[in-house]
Amino acid sequence: MTLVYVPADCSARSVGADQVAAAIATEATHRGEVVQIVRNGSRGMMWLEPLVEVVTAGGRVAYGPVAPGDVAGLFDADFLHGGGHELAHGPTDQIPWLAEQDRLTFGRVGVIDPLSTEDYEAHGGLVALRRAVTMTSEQICAEVTESGLRGRGGASFPVGTKWRTVLDEPDGPKFVTCNADEGDSGTFADRMIMEGDPFMVIEGMIIAGIAVGGLEGFVYIRSEYPDAVATMRSAVTIAYQRGWLGPRVLGTDHRFDLEIRVGAGAYICGEETAMLESLEGKRGVVRAKPPVPAVAGLFGRPTVVNNVLSLASVLVVLAHGAEFYRDFGVGRSRGTQVFQLAGNVARGGIVETAFGMTLGQMLERFAGGSASGRPIRAVQVGGPLGAYLPPAQFDLPLDYEVFAQEGAMIGHGGIVVFDDTVDMAAQARFAMEFCAAESCGKCTPCRVGAVRGVELIDRIVAGRDAAAGVVLLEDLLEVMTDGSLCAMGGLTPMPVRSVLRHFPEALDRSERSGGARP
Amino acid sequence: MVSDPSVRHLPWSPELALETIGAHSARRGPLLPVLQALQETFGFVDQRAVPLVAKALNVSRADVHGVLTFYSDLRSSPPGAVVVRVCRGEACQAVGGRALAEHATRSLGVDFGQTRPDGSLTLDEVFCLGNCALGPTVTVDGHLHGRVHTAELDRLVQDSAPGGELA
Repeated sequence: MTLVYVPADCSARSVGADQVAAAIATEATHRGEVVQIVRNGSRGMMWLEPLVEVVTAGGRVAYGPVAPGDVAGLFDADFLHGGGHELAHGPTDQIPWLAEQDRLTFGRVGVIDPLSTEDYEAHGGLVALRRAVTMTSEQICAEVTESGLRGRGGASFPVGTKWRTVLDEPDGPKFVTCNADEGDSGTFADRMIMEGDPFMVIEGMIIAGIAVGGLEGFVYIRSEYPDAVATMRSAVTIAYQRGWLGPRVLGTDHRFDLEIRVGAGAYICGEETAMLESLEGKRGVVRAKPPVPAVAGLFGRPTVVNNVLSLASVLVVLAHGAEFYRDFGVGRSRGTQVFQLAGNVARGGIVETAFGMTLGQMLERFAGGSASGRPIRAVQVGGPLGAYLPPAQFDLPLDYEVFAQEGAMIGHGGIVVFDDTVDMAAQARFAMEFCAAESCGKCTPCRVGAVRGVELIDRIVAGRDAAAGVVLLEDLLEVMTDGSLCAMGGLTPMPVRSVLRHFPEALDRSERSGGARP
Repeated sequence: MVSDPSVRHLPWSPELALETIGAHSARRGPLLPVLQALQETFGFVDQRAVPLVAKALNVSRADVHGVLTFYSDLRSSPPGAVVVRVCRGEACQAVGGRALAEHATRSLGVDFGQTRPDGSLTLDEVFCLGNCALGPTVTVDGHLHGRVHTAELDRLVQDSAPGGELA
């Protein structure tokens, strides 16, 4: 019998993985071959999806991108024994794109059967939790602090400090929440972890619970990720059956209960206080801070709010020690970051690597240029609220502080590539449009500012008193940055400002060329 | 909403509505899950459900209305027989998403957020489906499709229509 892996990751399915799996099953039956198909997560090499892997005597070998019509030819080439074929890439682990990464948090994603607890444990699952149950809350918080791990959701706040704050609150109900409302365009790492290694999220949440004295957790997953919701729900059921969740975690005196909650299509609910409101069943309207959620969060109680990747990173810290994790990275950006190459990119997907590589190296070594083959004009790093950077900035190292100094941000690690056909004025306008559409409406700079921003950019682009318009726009950006309650209104100016700074010609097209685009 | 679109929605019935509400009313922060469950049952949140929800959860009708109108997933009117969602996020824009969005409104004859008068199709916009390296991305009846350009969209819509005459 031969084991064949065909991803069930929704991205792989979006380009035909289900049809490929069915074709392999049919063809195997037809040829009298005994094949067991495992639906794994994705290895994150999206341009090769659907990526089929065959377990051979020499390890797992990869073929991709496979279309249903290629399947007969693969059998002809004896792919079940690693036979040569134009879609063959050799041993998966030796594909340079993958081999050059530091896959710490993504170590199991695409490798294991996502809902197999045996696979999970055979690949290092539960090592962190088994260690955590022998430690005190203080020890766990100290170790996480020592690792230098900062929140991966975008705000990059030190995880250990946050946990310690919750721990230090007086006794009483405390909650652990996982923010899986990954709404930034260009990001999909949380989704891939939930679909490809769901027990990692559960294990991370239990550890957070032990660290802060919280007995109850909620994972808030956006509704746009139905596959992730289904996989996480199945994983929670299995974890209860195995005694990983429930009154006696791994047979110890620790109790932890976990529930999956689903969002309802509001980007703002990725903001932590709006997420808490939504978890309480209300409109996702942001709260003023302070108090921070660590002090008064869900139902007014001390609450941990962590991104999926942060919790995944905690497992690495506890399994291998703080020092191991801290040794990756540069400056105050420790460990690895899961970058996501997206948009107009030749080789898109997941690149987990230590902080410090330059943006240009990332684009050359991993992205391999644009998908269209045209020159890259801009990359937007950090989601819809991140800056657009021109090639002149590609020598910036991927480091939280360096990016912040340059008026940019790493955010959740999304890198969206645009070729030279991009209309940068339209991108600046879209930042404001998006804010206008997704603002929760609580504070005026965001609610009204975004609408005025769209109007102003239209006026500038149309060349109606453009110079005065730019001055007014800059004033508006300052008001939004300084006066908004949360990052939605506060950071929407970042992409707009980056266009003004790096692509000024995009906005004064009418003055220069009489309305025609260059 | 996370619902299997192939499951048929049921016609309005106050008894079924109360049963649906009751199944979730004991949860913590029940209002949003209750409205999501109603939509899963009936395909949308009927106005007639609003006072029932308010009474069951001991909140005002204004509270229910507030949540119902805040979230873009929650519908106050029935969706079309086929629901098409087009991603309008930046990663899809970078690979032709804007052109696809324009094509969708033109060829399908509806604006984003609208349902055709004959109820045959709803067109929605969505900001990111997490398929950002394989865009442009759309969903048709909840199924995700990557690398969709204008011709593929036409074909997908055609294939999803019961009589095959939607596009």
